[in-house]
Amino acid sequence: MTTTGLFLLAILALGFLITFQIAKASEYVSVLKGEKKSFEQNNKINGFLMVVFLVLGLIGVWWCNKALYHKTLMPYPSASEHGENIDTMLKITLLITGIVFFITQILLFWFAYKYQYSDKRRAFYYPHNNKLEVLWTTVPAIALCTLVGFGLYYWFKITGDAPANAMQVEITGRQFGWIYRYPGKDNVFGKKYFRMIDEADGNMLGLLWKDSTMQTPNGVQNLKADPTGFDDIIQTSAMYLIKDQPVKLIINSRDVIHDVGLPHFRMKMDAVPGTPTTMWFTPKYTTEEMKKITNNPNFEYEIACDQMCGNGHYSMKGLIKVVTRDEFVLWRAKQQPGYKAPTKAGDPALNAPGAQPAPAAQPADTTAAGAGVVVPKGNLVAAHK
Amino acid sequence: MAHEVERHTGEAALIDVHNGHGHAEHAQSFWTKYIFSQDHKMIARQFLITGMIWAIIGAAFSVLFRIQLAFSGEQYPILETLFGHWAAGGTISAEFYYALVTMHGTIMIFFVLTAGLSGTFANLLIPLQCGARDMASPLLNMLSYWFFFAASVVMLSSLFLQTGPASGGWTAYPPLSALGDAQPGSRQGMDYWLISLGLFVVSTLLGGINYISTILNLRTKGMTMIRLPLTVWSLFFTAVLGLLAFPVLLSAFILLLFDRHMGTSFYLNEIFIANTGQALPNEGGNAILYQHLFWFLGHPEVYIVILPAMGIASEVISVNARKPIFGYSAMVGSLFAIAILSFLVWAHHMFVSGMNPFLGSVFVLLTLLIAIPSAIKVFNWLATLWRGNIRFTPAMLFAIGFVSMFISGGLTGIWLGNSTIDIHVHDTYFVIAHFHLVMGVAAMFGMFAGIYHWFPKMFGRHMNATLSYIHFWITLVGAYCIFWPMHYLGLAGVPRRYFDYSQWNSFNHFDGVNKFITIASIIVFAIQLLFVFNFFYSIFKGRRVGTMNPWQANTLEWTTPILPPHGNWEGEIPEVHRWAYDYDKDERSFIPQTEPVGDAEGVKHEVGSTKEV
Repeated sequence: MTTTGLFLLAILALGFLITFQIAKASEYVSVLKGEKKSFEQNNKINGFLMVVFLVLGLIGVWWCNKALYHKTLMPYPSASEHGENIDTMLKITLLITGIVFFITQILLFWFAYKYQYSDKRRAFYYPHNNKLEVLWTTVPAIALCTLVGFGLYYWFKITGDAPANAMQVEITGRQFGWIYRYPGKDNVFGKKYFRMIDEADGNMLGLLWKDSTMQTPNGVQNLKADPTGFDDIIQTSAMYLIKDQPVKLIINSRDVIHDVGLPHFRMKMDAVPGTPTTMWFTPKYTTEEMKKITNNPNFEYEIACDQMCGNGHYSMKGLIKVVTRDEFVLWRAKQQPGYKAPTKAGDPALNAPGAQPAPAAQPADTTAAGAGVVVPKGNLVAAHK
Repeated sequence: MAHEVERHTGEAALIDVHNGHGHAEHAQSFWTKYIFSQDHKMIARQFLITGMIWAIIGAAFSVLFRIQLAFSGEQYPILETLFGHWAAGGTISAEFYYALVTMHGTIMIFFVLTAGLSGTFANLLIPLQCGARDMASPLLNMLSYWFFFAASVVMLSSLFLQTGPASGGWTAYPPLSALGDAQPGSRQGMDYWLISLGLFVVSTLLGGINYISTILNLRTKGMTMIRLPLTVWSLFFTAVLGLLAFPVLLSAFILLLFDRHMGTSFYLNEIFIANTGQALPNEGGNAILYQHLFWFLGHPEVYIVILPAMGIASEVISVNARKPIFGYSAMVGSLFAIAILSFLVWAHHMFVSGMNPFLGSVFVLLTLLIAIPSAIKVFNWLATLWRGNIRFTPAMLFAIGFVSMFISGGLTGIWLGNSTIDIHVHDTYFVIAHFHLVMGVAAMFGMFAGIYHWFPKMFGRHMNATLSYIHFWITLVGAYCIFWPMHYLGLAGVPRRYFDYSQWNSFNHFDGVNKFITIASIIVFAIQLLFVFNFFYSIFKGRRVGTMNPWQANTLEWTTPILPPHGNWEGEIPEVHRWAYDYDKDERSFIPQTEPVGDAEGVKHEVGSTKEV
């Protein structure tokens, strides 16, 4: 390695030296030839290179598209309806900006070539033309208004309220992974408080599984256990979604800002600590269907963190499994609630360094709360409706 | 108007115009002449050379992290030799990678493209093109450089900290940037970063207030505002933007420092750090507040970067196409429109931050509006080239390259400014491609155009033309090779700021492209070194400039001696009688601004050349 490195360095140095000598020599040549002649010669070469660059550049654009287009997401349908809107918007914009791109770049390099210096010509003294200027103010203005119109139409559709029948899933970012929570049978998310987070106890989200009184900088907090959280399902392996069923994500973060990036659904939303955000969409294809569509047996809907969140940012991967309704019911039935009844003596929360749990919740309460989990789910739901 | 800087007029008259040295001022020591100089031209050179040193460091960082992206499996023992535990085993660590990315952004945007570009050319051109002997306050001007220098020293020292420099991205979003436990780079490195940029803000304000007062008050007789060259106009708006935007950034930084060290909760709310197993005491803050404050500077900042490049390109294109700049008033008007609108678009960086979508929609409208003045400028540059008689000086090549880059990068701004599309491509390589083309490469091209064009004025010598042609063509092709394919990565949803893609099903199929981009960037970097060599070699050994006006240009700086003394003109400051753009008019190749308008002159309708009102 070191020898190749030195070798490369030597070649580089040699290249520099040769280039420099040529450049130096050309300066002497220009002195011999006369400044005017060598200027004209150089001007011709550069003018010619302008048109060469234009042609090669256009070929390069075409070639780059050929080589890379099929690697993007564009050849396949978007996996959500919102995504289809975004793709449409993208195509409208591509059409308009593409036309402008080709016209202006071609004119730029063509003018540079065509109007290069000539002894016989003089420049055309043409300081302004109001008509032209009005024209190229209004035409872009109209084009841009069109784009704003389309864009906002889709934007409000996408960011508008989720349909009433949308399934709700909570997703919480942390360094460096995602935690998914389903509301359980009662369809209500249990309350949580960040000082109750206790990883050792499996309470990754700080759900109020027990009564607690704690001293915080904002005064003494009396926290009541929230039984609606006892049946909440907490998952870290994958988020399961149902095909054609709208889903509303409630997005949280435990530590720093993350971002739920869903490239296949074309969706994205930051996860901000202390400020929940939401987004909703409707998955159109199951993971299995998507494997066929993309012709990729390893296809998965991945959740990519899209906001710099620390040294493990690049590894903050989540997973979405889109399944049919039947498969979902099956998966759902297998899930156990995350709830753990607090134990009196060996309560790990008491030993956890972080959260300062209450100076002992009343034993009676604990038992009562603990009893809640044994009660059949149906009753619990009834109790809280 | 006699705006002489009194102490230098006498001595200046003694100078022999053609001796090529022009150092016959009163005996100055090395320190007062080169180090603590109050001469705007020397300060310009100081900004330029400091900026160039930073540019080499910043660009080298990008080469390092590009190597990681393309050859992540490979081991280069030399890296361990150079960087120790940051590259243990010859591979760049994630921590190092993020430090490199963060420093690359910070250095290039603030130190190179703000200080290096507008610091250099505002200092050099404002007094020379307005017809002033120096800045309104040469002392503040000197301090402006020295605050920049201090900022540089602090930033450079942060590279050698045990826990490394700031590494949370150049935007330094809290809570990540506020919590040392969340990332080692957010420990002392972040404090250094904040202090450095605080000093930098002071530098920008001292410079900006000087530029504005010089332009408003120290123009020579006859130099009305509407006769100013577009370079001065662009530098004027740049200074206004800096003056209004940078204090907001400073306030954001001060609040961040409070959150870091004094237990306040401006940006922090409900945070549990897994590394320490601790819930933080902070409640009630809002992380999005920082983003608003940051981007209130951040967006004008990109115009602070690009406006001087636009001004330089306008001037260079007009001189070398031998045509007046097309639509001078429209050019000034669009600069003004951009300056106003740049303060009203900041939240387009925050469409998916959790901000109210309705607010987002307002910013979509305002953002796309800014494309209109940009489009006017592009069409006006094209119209200036049309039927010109174009001389491809190195400066002209880069000015044309600037327009090309500005078009390519500007058009994708229309994609990103539209919130609907932004949902998909936000924080992907599409954004990287967009802003590198439109404000990275384009602004660098503007800077190169300026350096090649005014090198004779700065150093009394020419740079080697052949080397500069090589520099231009390889940089132009190379820059497109680097950034054009990134659009496709963005459309595949590939996120930015990823150290490694190998574990991702969705993003791991771009190995070939990444290698291609990295090799292109290494070549482009090597060519920039060639430019740096050409620059320093030519300062000492370049071909001497033979005439006062080597480009046959109209503006006032070319009426000064080849190497102007402190005070710029010997004797009286020339009077201005017309605008700066009378090229190839009435059978004359060029008519300097100092020449009175003749009665027999042809078209006289241009702005600024009407007789004294």
